[in-house]
Amino acid sequence: MEDIEHIEKEMKLINSDGRRLDGRSFDELRPIRIEAGVLRRADGSAYIEWGGNKVLAAVYGPREAHPRHLQDPARALVQCRYNMAPFSVSDRKRPGPDRRSVEISKVISEAFSSVVFKEQFPRTSVDIFIEVLQADAGTRCAGLTAASVALADAGVPMRDLVTSCASGKIDDVVCLDLNKDEDNFGDADCPMAIVPRTGDVVLLQMDGHLTYDEFQKAMGLSIDATKRIYEMQRDALRRRYSVTLEDILKEAPPAAAPVEPEPEQPREDDFGPEGI
Amino acid sequence: MSEEIVSELMRAHVYRLASTGQRVDGRRLDEPRKVSVARSFVKTAEGSARVKLGNTDVLVGIKMSVGEPYPDTPNTGVLSTSVELIPMASPTFEAGPPRPDAIELARVVDRGIRESKMVNMERLCITPKEKVWILFIDIHVLDYDGNLFDACSYGAVAALSSTIAPAKGQGLGDDFPLPVEHWPVSVTTAKIKDLLLVDPSLDEERMADARLTVTTDENGDIRAMQKGLSGSFTYEEVKRIIETAQRVGRDIRPLLQSS
Repeated sequence: MEDIEHIEKEMKLINSDGRRLDGRSFDELRPIRIEAGVLRRADGSAYIEWGGNKVLAAVYGPREAHPRHLQDPARALVQCRYNMAPFSVSDRKRPGPDRRSVEISKVISEAFSSVVFKEQFPRTSVDIFIEVLQADAGTRCAGLTAASVALADAGVPMRDLVTSCASGKIDDVVCLDLNKDEDNFGDADCPMAIVPRTGDVVLLQMDGHLTYDEFQKAMGLSIDATKRIYEMQRDALRRRYSVTLEDILKEAPPAAAPVEPEPEQPREDDFGPEGI
Repeated sequence: MSEEIVSELMRAHVYRLASTGQRVDGRRLDEPRKVSVARSFVKTAEGSARVKLGNTDVLVGIKMSVGEPYPDTPNTGVLSTSVELIPMASPTFEAGPPRPDAIELARVVDRGIRESKMVNMERLCITPKEKVWILFIDIHVLDYDGNLFDACSYGAVAALSSTIAPAKGQGLGDDFPLPVEHWPVSVTTAKIKDLLLVDPSLDEERMADARLTVTTDENGDIRAMQKGLSGSFTYEEVKRIIETAQRVGRDIRPLLQSS
């Protein structure tokens, strides 16, 4: 035990020149890549790579809320399920929800609840699924950021996208977007999510130890970063939905009408005695 | 729920096309969809592969740990396969403990790998009766567009063949690639009335009367079979299905082997 404490004390997370272990400065994000519309069956979907995180998000609905007793006659439910794949972490995670996943699912549901125009879809639910395929700290932020793009891809009416990012403290320095080592050996982590257009904070969590000044500094870093991430989200949607003249021309001659039933056949064939 | 229903119009169309040897997506009756394999997709896993079979999309991760062997097989490693039909993949999938269809799926995939002796499990014994490698095959279905049996099996085979055992971290010498000795390929055929369709799409699968999965090895030998659904096959049909599985298996195997 003493050995471990010794190692932790010795472990330097910030170099003498102010760089972090992965070479970033204190206010630098890890590389982020977002892609919209990546799954076929889902009504909306998105994939995000954020540093070493790989996260998929899918949206179904608004659809009939199930079980029925959960239905709200006045508005839609917004329900999120955050899940980690067993192989997404170094020690295999047992499949299925644990207490951490349940909590994260709840706070993400609540974050989206405040932006979806729920009143337009009484008795329905909007179901958001977040699957962490590879984890490297900050999975809830990555998942939420992707889910937001998936909601837009599904055409769910919202006040705005939701954008998420975390800041924390390592070696007494407030830093943006901690990676796994920084999260494990750091002093604090503070994930948040914001509605960029209005500035409403729709998710906020914190663990560790921050002074009030440090907290404000962390929030400042996060808010600044969400502006950049917001642009990446919008960009992913633009790439998915922008149509060029070449696209239109390419699609023009339908190769073979895919699921067109032959209209000339007599109807008996369709509803024959065998009940095809 | 409404997704489970295939319209009468579609049923009639699929059947009428198939009786002239055609399919809705332009394939022949004995032609599988395109298989694409992306290996080492997940760095946190010891091995992984993302496999697409048409639009069906699965991600398989392999994790390894050290544990005790089963008392009746003290000299062999332990293999454990599980499938999660996550609700992301289809409007008909629900969260919760695995249902019978997911359990059957995992067991059929497991059988193909186990029975073909794809991985030499005896070489995963560290100390007889005490310490062996435990191999977890975790299959995550991401997008369900028909025929999970084959998609999951391809994913598992591709992931296993790219797996590096983390021996160094356990103080057991150098990391080593899994001892892969055989190459099972699963081929599933659906029967719609009197017609046999290889690698059924979602609509085809839903209107199928019966289903037969045949796993063959590189010699064309049969290593596992599983019949499903309430319909039946004639013996002639079973033989045709096996012959097709051998031929299709030969075409698909190199896609799973190449690294």
